[in-house]
Amino acid sequence: MKNTANHNDIKTDYKYGFITDIDTDVIPKGLNEDVVGMISEKKHEPAFMREWRLKAYRHWLTMKEPHWGNFYYAPIDYQAISYYSAPKRKMDSPKNIDEIDKELLETFDRLGIPLTEQKRLTGVAVDAVFDSVSVGTTHKEILAKEGIIFCSMSEAIQNHPDLIKKYLGSVVSYTDNFFASLNSAVFSDGSFCFIPKGVKCPIELSTYFRINASETGQFERTLIVAEEDSFVNYLEGCTAPIRDSNQLHAAVVELVALDNAEIKYSTVQNWYAGDKDGKGGIYNFVTKRGKCSGNNSKISWTQVEAGAAITWKYPSVILQGDNSTGRFYSVALTNNRMQADTGTKMIHIGKNTKSTIISKGISTDYSNNSYRGMVMILPSANGARNFSQCDSMLVGNNCSANTFPNIDVRNNTAILEHEASTSKISADQIFYLKSRGLDSEGSVSLIINGFCKEVFKELPLEFSVEAVRLLELKLEGSVG
Amino acid sequence: MLEIKNLYAGINGVSILKGVDLTVNPGEVHAIMGPNGSGKSTLAKVIAGHPDYKVEQGTMEYEVNLKKLDLAAMEPEIRAREGIFLAFQYPVEIPGVNNSVFLRAAFNEICRHQGAEEMDPIEFDQYLRQKMKLLEMDEKFIDRPVNVDFSGGEKKRNEILQMAILAPRLALLDETDSGLDVDSMKIVANGVNKLKSKNNAIVLITHYQRLLNYIVPDFVHVLSDGKIIKSGGKELAIKVETQGYDWLI
Repeated sequence: MKNTANHNDIKTDYKYGFITDIDTDVIPKGLNEDVVGMISEKKHEPAFMREWRLKAYRHWLTMKEPHWGNFYYAPIDYQAISYYSAPKRKMDSPKNIDEIDKELLETFDRLGIPLTEQKRLTGVAVDAVFDSVSVGTTHKEILAKEGIIFCSMSEAIQNHPDLIKKYLGSVVSYTDNFFASLNSAVFSDGSFCFIPKGVKCPIELSTYFRINASETGQFERTLIVAEEDSFVNYLEGCTAPIRDSNQLHAAVVELVALDNAEIKYSTVQNWYAGDKDGKGGIYNFVTKRGKCSGNNSKISWTQVEAGAAITWKYPSVILQGDNSTGRFYSVALTNNRMQADTGTKMIHIGKNTKSTIISKGISTDYSNNSYRGMVMILPSANGARNFSQCDSMLVGNNCSANTFPNIDVRNNTAILEHEASTSKISADQIFYLKSRGLDSEGSVSLIINGFCKEVFKELPLEFSVEAVRLLELKLEGSVG
Repeated sequence: MLEIKNLYAGINGVSILKGVDLTVNPGEVHAIMGPNGSGKSTLAKVIAGHPDYKVEQGTMEYEVNLKKLDLAAMEPEIRAREGIFLAFQYPVEIPGVNNSVFLRAAFNEICRHQGAEEMDPIEFDQYLRQKMKLLEMDEKFIDRPVNVDFSGGEKKRNEILQMAILAPRLALLDETDSGLDVDSMKIVANGVNKLKSKNNAIVLITHYQRLLNYIVPDFVHVLSDGKIIKSGGKELAIKVETQGYDWLI
């Protein structure tokens, strides 16, 4: 099947909106037990995996789509989506990067993620996921030397079934929520990372997700396990072509940190967000959760959410181990008609557990941006601490910002602090900065950088530069 | 340096300046006085390029390094980069933006435009501290967000600090003395006097004569209903102080 639709000529500042013309293997639209079985078969999965998917599917059938988010969308017809699309390959699983099809390599080159030996990014190992499958992973050799496993989820299911059995669904079970159950039934690929005991991962690990095909959903599944005393820094990026129709993206990410382990997970999300009138764009319904199961373990989520027509996403941390730490740093920018409902959950179970929440929402044009958070202190969590800060910035007069902080404390030794503010970029501020020699863009970027600096400083350097540029591009022309 | 001829300007279709003529040469200090609503602040904003004010008639010619520039055709940031500086009557607060980060961004922007060398954060920090000493400012202002939680007097002092950092060719000081106690006014005036040279010019917009005891003007102009109705030397300011504006209008 060829993708012939081409919207590259549409005037837009979304530079990742191009479509790769490549032969793909797409299964017919619709969802039933046969489709779930077919996906499992295409991926040559062992029987336990197929069973797990079917259980998830059957459970999903009993569930209702959640509608408590602060956004609106037309009903999704789950039978009108194709649940699997993969580029046809010359060979089934390329042994090394140089065997990957030229079109795919070019696609990732264009996205700034070169995969080939000569051009690949130094210091970052990349797993590149195109529609439903992983097309290749770089730097495998260096990682193997340390005993680190970094591969696509499909490979992990085939090659490391014991780890998968032990950890897959251990943080987000297949009954967790509507979109997580759907994902469990039909997930196609994603990344798997395993950092063995005592290993500090020497380079950053990264997955780049690309949706290319139309009328398909992307359901990726990522699992990161950090054993005792290990450390990993993980980055995630995502883009999709410009298309008139909405596309569903329902991912699940699970993190597990054992005693003294630390996982830092950073995302710059830039899915296509639809046009000025809200036509098209990705529906981003994502379940991300980490479990600090070990004592003194640490998990931090840092996200820059700048794309997608709808974002429904609450990267959370279960603080089970004593003295464990959860952090959430978020910048969510909405423009045009985008709707974002994002935040976090911090669930304190262990003693002296700590969590920090820093959320910065920027809304402009006709967009709607909500922070939704939950801090839960269970009776066992003696000495738990939480600090939350939720700031909103409005640009223009037609956008809205909302904050829904929920606090549930069941232990009276806990200490919680919550700060919130709402501000606006005014024409007076812009004139003030211009009268000092800064142009409009420089002025907006200075204000936005100032507003987001606590979050940006948590991102790896190259990501933070990218994030600043992305926000500047999105805000261009919306002030003054 | 600045030659304004027959300038008419207004806001929301209402004319405020109705034929202003003003010539400012390098090395001069001009004071513009006048009753409330006479158009003093409007004149400063129009020179600096505030987007709400429209020039209806007349010209503003700004001469720098033998180039003659038409101010009305320039964006406010280009005017700033060419050396025009407005010390605001009501400085704006910019939450989250660190004072020194802001000042260095502005300073380097102007350097780049004028072909001068930019400063890295370490060099700039030294330069900033030295200028702060001149205005007897506490070092805590370095890392505070621009004007946020500054007292009225601190904001005004921060304006003059910016003037010291950016070293403008033409500085417009809009009611810099209002809200300052006598001691602060002396410090600010002393700072301004140290920044004065034969190459730059200062236009003071003020309600009262008292600032002019500390920064002595070469010329005093009285603005009334959008027009300069009287120009003179320092003695004109004293006469206004004792007799008010009624005898002029």
